[in-house]
Amino acid sequence: MSAATLEVVDIHKRYGDHEVLKGVDLTARDGDVISIIGSSGSGKSTFLRCLNLLEQPSRGQICLRGEALRLAPDKHGELHAVDRRQLERMRARIGFVFQNFNLWPHMTILDNIILAPMLVGGLGRKAAVERAEALLYKVGLHDKRKVYPGNLSGGQMQRVAIARTLAMEPELILFDEPTSALDPELVNEVLGVMQGLAEEGRTMLIVTHEMRFARDVSTQVMFLHQGRVEEFGPPSRVFTTPESARCREFLASHL
Amino acid sequence: MDLQGFGHLLLSGTWVTLQLAFTSLFFGLVLGLAGAAAALAPIAPLRWLATTYNTLMRGIPELLLVLIIYFGATELIERLTGSYVEVNAFAAGVAALSIAFGAYATEVFRSALLEIPKGQREAAVALGMRRWDTFRRIVLPQLWRIALPGLGNLFLVLLKDTALVSVVGLEDLMRQAYVAAGFTKLPFTFYMAAAGIYLVLTIISMQVIQRLERWANRGYLGARA
Repeated sequence: MSAATLEVVDIHKRYGDHEVLKGVDLTARDGDVISIIGSSGSGKSTFLRCLNLLEQPSRGQICLRGEALRLAPDKHGELHAVDRRQLERMRARIGFVFQNFNLWPHMTILDNIILAPMLVGGLGRKAAVERAEALLYKVGLHDKRKVYPGNLSGGQMQRVAIARTLAMEPELILFDEPTSALDPELVNEVLGVMQGLAEEGRTMLIVTHEMRFARDVSTQVMFLHQGRVEEFGPPSRVFTTPESARCREFLASHL
Repeated sequence: MDLQGFGHLLLSGTWVTLQLAFTSLFFGLVLGLAGAAAALAPIAPLRWLATTYNTLMRGIPELLLVLIIYFGATELIERLTGSYVEVNAFAAGVAALSIAFGAYATEVFRSALLEIPKGQREAAVALGMRRWDTFRRIVLPQLWRIALPGLGNLFLVLLKDTALVSVVGLEDLMRQAYVAAGFTKLPFTFYMAAAGIYLVLTIISMQVIQRLERWANRGYLGARA
């Protein structure tokens, strides 16, 4: 069997005396769409941010297609990449979509999308623009390519942020509560784009509060509680017959 | 206004003043960026260095700084090498003005850096961008936008502080006005002429700064002029 797209083992994260993640494992294979659910403070966003080292884990291993990210602890016990170039290479292969979009406000939509493919991917400007325009069509915002992010709605900004991530042709995309900062009427346009990506067979990890989306689109659901995986399985099972009492309670109050 | 044939003197003085102001602006910005980087560095000795620089240079009158650098450096070189070397007045002026500008600019850049949301950098590094590219393409352009009003203000102060360098004999606008006033016994005429020139330079600078701000604010909602 070929190496998993992403394999993480025993991820711990502590802030001082408080341990937010107490050993989380996860294996994602090509085409997996894994929703990570749980109440706020369960560590789900922290877990996602540890996967590409936006947050420094205290312990654990991260392997992308069998290649282990080399990590070493600093004096505070936080793990940092030993080889910065290796981290940069791996980050280029892992997309990340933020809750607050984090589009660069001083650049047009098009420039937001072509920057990383040109600087990191080594693409020429013409090829980068072609790729960006195709992606803007895909997320339905081609007419906005010359516009600055400040002139877009939240839903449009998040669709651009997704296009920016896709422009790097990532092998795996991490979504950190992609619809939590949106007005309710703008949620569906973003979920629609994400559903399209799932149907294309893209590998995705999604931290979300959208239970219906998690149930309908995911291949697997992971329920985190107080820094531990309490429940893991296909949505058909997790949403109907969860083994953990806490997961049952959580779903009862969120569905 | 009859300048009694001293008009060219004022013009050459104006040229020196502009050279002094822009050279000091350049080195002052470099010092300010370095100071802000040091002030926010994770390495404690760098932060101490930034604090010391900041406190010391903002605590000394700029006139005194000019005198210390011009006369002090001559004395120091003589003591160290035994030979008398006269320090170039222009270089001493640039050094004093840059150091003072840099100290104030450090504060402007420091608070501007803190104003850029962390997510801006995170979005860049999450795409695999290198630190230098992230700074150059994401942080620096946003830094300009936030820092421009503060820096513009500092430049207007700098433009007039160049007059301080006339005390060490640099033939700037102030010095030339003083010379012409003494020679012709028409102090009112020449000091008013110099004042007019400083005012015109200030007004032009303000216009340029305003344009730069408008350009830096392109694309920002509610900030378009």
